[in-house]
Amino acid sequence: MDPIINLILFVCLGIASIVLSVLAVSAKRLMRAATYLLLVLICTAGFYLFLNYHFLAAVQVSVYAGGVVILFLFAIFLTSNENDVLRRHQAGRYLWGALAALGGIAVTTFALVKHQFIYGDNQSMVGDQEIDMKVIGEALMGTEKYQYLLPFEVLSILLLAAIIGGILIARKR
Amino acid sequence: MEYSLFIVVIPFLLFLFLGLLGTKLKSIVAGIIGTIGMGICAVLAYTVAYQYFFGIGKTNGEWVKQIPLNFEWLRFTENLHIDLGVLLDPISVMMLVVITTVSLMVHIYSLGYMKGETGFQRYYAFLSLFSFSMLGLVVATNIFQMYIFWELVGVSSYSLIGFYYTKPSAVAASKKAFIVTRFADLGFLIGILILSFYTKTFDFGLLTADHASLVTTSFAGGTFMGLSIATWALALIFMGGAGKSAMFPLHIWLPDAMEGPTPVSALIHAATMVVAGVYLVARLFPVYIFAAPDVLEMIAFVGAFTALFAAVIAITQTDIKRVLAFSTISQIAYMMVALGVSGYGDHEGLGYMASMFHLFTHAFFKALLFLGAGSVIHAVHSNEMSAMGGLHKYMKITSITFFIACLAIAGIPPFSGFFSKDEILAAAFHHQPVIFWTLWVVAGLTAFYMFRLYFSIFWNTPKSPKGDLVHSASLQGVGGEHHKPHESPAPMTIPLIILAVFSIFTGLIPFADFISSDNIPFHTHIDWTVAIMSIAVAVIGITIAFMLYFKDSKQPARIAQAMGGFYQAALHKFYMDEIWMWVTQTVIFRYICEPIKWFDRHIIDGSMNGLAWITQKSSAGIKGLQSGKVQFYAWVFIFGSIVIAALVLFL
Amino acid sequence: MIRMEYYLIISTLMFFIGIYGFISRKNMIAILISLELVLNAVEINFAVFNRYLFPGQLEGMFFTLFGIAITAAETAVALAIIINAYRAIGNIDIKNLSKMKE
Repeated sequence: MDPIINLILFVCLGIASIVLSVLAVSAKRLMRAATYLLLVLICTAGFYLFLNYHFLAAVQVSVYAGGVVILFLFAIFLTSNENDVLRRHQAGRYLWGALAALGGIAVTTFALVKHQFIYGDNQSMVGDQEIDMKVIGEALMGTEKYQYLLPFEVLSILLLAAIIGGILIARKR
Repeated sequence: MEYSLFIVVIPFLLFLFLGLLGTKLKSIVAGIIGTIGMGICAVLAYTVAYQYFFGIGKTNGEWVKQIPLNFEWLRFTENLHIDLGVLLDPISVMMLVVITTVSLMVHIYSLGYMKGETGFQRYYAFLSLFSFSMLGLVVATNIFQMYIFWELVGVSSYSLIGFYYTKPSAVAASKKAFIVTRFADLGFLIGILILSFYTKTFDFGLLTADHASLVTTSFAGGTFMGLSIATWALALIFMGGAGKSAMFPLHIWLPDAMEGPTPVSALIHAATMVVAGVYLVARLFPVYIFAAPDVLEMIAFVGAFTALFAAVIAITQTDIKRVLAFSTISQIAYMMVALGVSGYGDHEGLGYMASMFHLFTHAFFKALLFLGAGSVIHAVHSNEMSAMGGLHKYMKITSITFFIACLAIAGIPPFSGFFSKDEILAAAFHHQPVIFWTLWVVAGLTAFYMFRLYFSIFWNTPKSPKGDLVHSASLQGVGGEHHKPHESPAPMTIPLIILAVFSIFTGLIPFADFISSDNIPFHTHIDWTVAIMSIAVAVIGITIAFMLYFKDSKQPARIAQAMGGFYQAALHKFYMDEIWMWVTQTVIFRYICEPIKWFDRHIIDGSMNGLAWITQKSSAGIKGLQSGKVQFYAWVFIFGSIVIAALVLFL
Repeated sequence: MIRMEYYLIISTLMFFIGIYGFISRKNMIAILISLELVLNAVEINFAVFNRYLFPGQLEGMFFTLFGIAITAAETAVALAIIINAYRAIGNIDIKNLSKMKE
């Protein structure tokens, strides 16, 4: 792809994700907020595609957008009526939140700009290809260095625990 | 001799037993247990006395101190440690005998006197506590142990005076006794502290050893307000003794203490506790005479004044127990005078011996007087002299024993009081004529008021309860006319008889062989000049009393009229209570307590309240942080991270 | 050419927008949505650092992968709790949840 078009696309995606994020935290209705979140997550999947992490993008869409957001939607359905509008906090809260957020942005951006990153040998990512699924699969299933069987299994147990916990907590008594 | 410890311990165990379990027992059982325990103590005390005086006590013709037991109780520093132990020397052994005897008599007597009273077990528990404290006091090996027991004695006295705690006057009297003696004890404590600060010891043995050289050297001539510090310390210690022994002007509590049950008055306020002051001075006598003779001089004058003062008041009182109370004050003052006029060693120390002798004899005949008075009160249900009269034909035993006691206190030979009083007068005669003549007058007054009492109770005919000068202090009305008085039951009369025997014969003991100022026996002989003078004045006193009070007559009232203001003043105890009231209310409360109160309320409390206020406010502020609000926590966390990150970045 | 800083700026903004939402929202599900934003921003960072700074290695990617899974688990449990709270007190405003303290 042409680098310029690439850049334009990236900028569009970036702006979209920021705007959607803002909308997600400020929407009046919960359902809309969840939808905006879904869009943000899809934008993120787009970033992963830009980074040539195709597998990651697929996971992002399927788990996040497909699983988590659906959970959100169910929870919203279960806990609110159709015309519910989110109640607002007192005004000071927004001020303090904004203060923290802006302060954080300022400090982080300053650090970002000031810091000189030590890049690897392929700074421009030209010719950087997506990672083979076979490599990923072997890395997940191996026990060597840079292979992740143990975290994978631990995670599976965590998910099991989350399933059981979720059922236990949410079931009617 | 280790078993002498049991004399002290048994009453304490009795106190615990009766105090904790007494209510579970039938009252008479509790009384009998207490009496038996006291009886064992008495037997032990007599055994100790026998062993000491006829066995191990004397070495090379000198009575030596025996310390069968002594253990270190609290050690604070090298020099400052408090020991507890048992010290046996002539005076402590003598006191053991006196206390256990009188206490046993009172225990037996109370079986009859207190019969049917509520709190009978409590009464016996406190009697045991008192016996324990008093015995612990006399066997103290060091001045601090003495102080501890001294205060215990005060406490048990307080509880016994306030035995009828539902009666406001008894409560007031117990408070008064406690506060006045406590006030005096403050002086005692300060005196102890000064003394031990310089001498680095509490121990009686070290303090008095070798002509009290430790005290005379260690103070090294320090002076304070023109008097040596040793003088101050000893004067303050005497203040404690004066409080307990009711010396002027700290005597005011003793007459009021008569609100307690009569046997208690006999035990505590006549025979034992009130002589604790005398005992204290006697215990420290070498210190007084070598380190502070001025204080001894002062003691003599205070004692002489108190003796006269109390005797004059005693003449006018109508409540028989109060007469006896003032008589007690007067007699204790006698002992104090004897100590005050005494020298050291051999015949010079006659006063010391006489004082202890009088203490010994006085304990018996005064206990007898009180118990006799209790017997009379038991019969007529009144304390007022005017409600009595002509009781001789109803109460022969009480009457006769009372008569013996009166003769003893008046100093008629061969009764015990004569010998001891004669020694005191002789000691005073050789020392200081003013004091001698004062005491001589007091002896006459004593004879007069005692026989006034005796004749009014047992011979005169009863006056009307509303007779002139009667302040109806009787509690249960006047029962004299309503039912015939009768002799008290055997538990009450037996102690009277025993004590009467003691009152007759104890005077014949050659006391100087046992007790002397330097612990070396010497021989006394009756100084007939003095003896005849004292007998003469006693006889005069008795005769006047006989003429005025043997038969009902208008004479006493007429004399009282003639005396006018003086009589009124004496009747009101020379307004000492009012003076003290004025001193405390007006002077101390207004000019000392009020500012202190203000300081306490505003500065002390203020600072404390301020602290509390600050704490409260800051906690209210901090409390907001612990709100449990997740978002607030998150905000604080984020903001903190930002600040730290910024600090790391920019600094 | 897309520089790494571009990604980082986007993720920073997303992160702090999430923070803002976390602090200022009242509804618990809305708070959870903000939290998702925060986590998402972090995961972007992992992937970006891996790709630009350590090409040829896979740690960042796997971290992202695991992160997504953990997020899913966390969300599931959190939503279960929220539903339970809704049953207990009738709404899901965070303020009312302080009742659980008592």
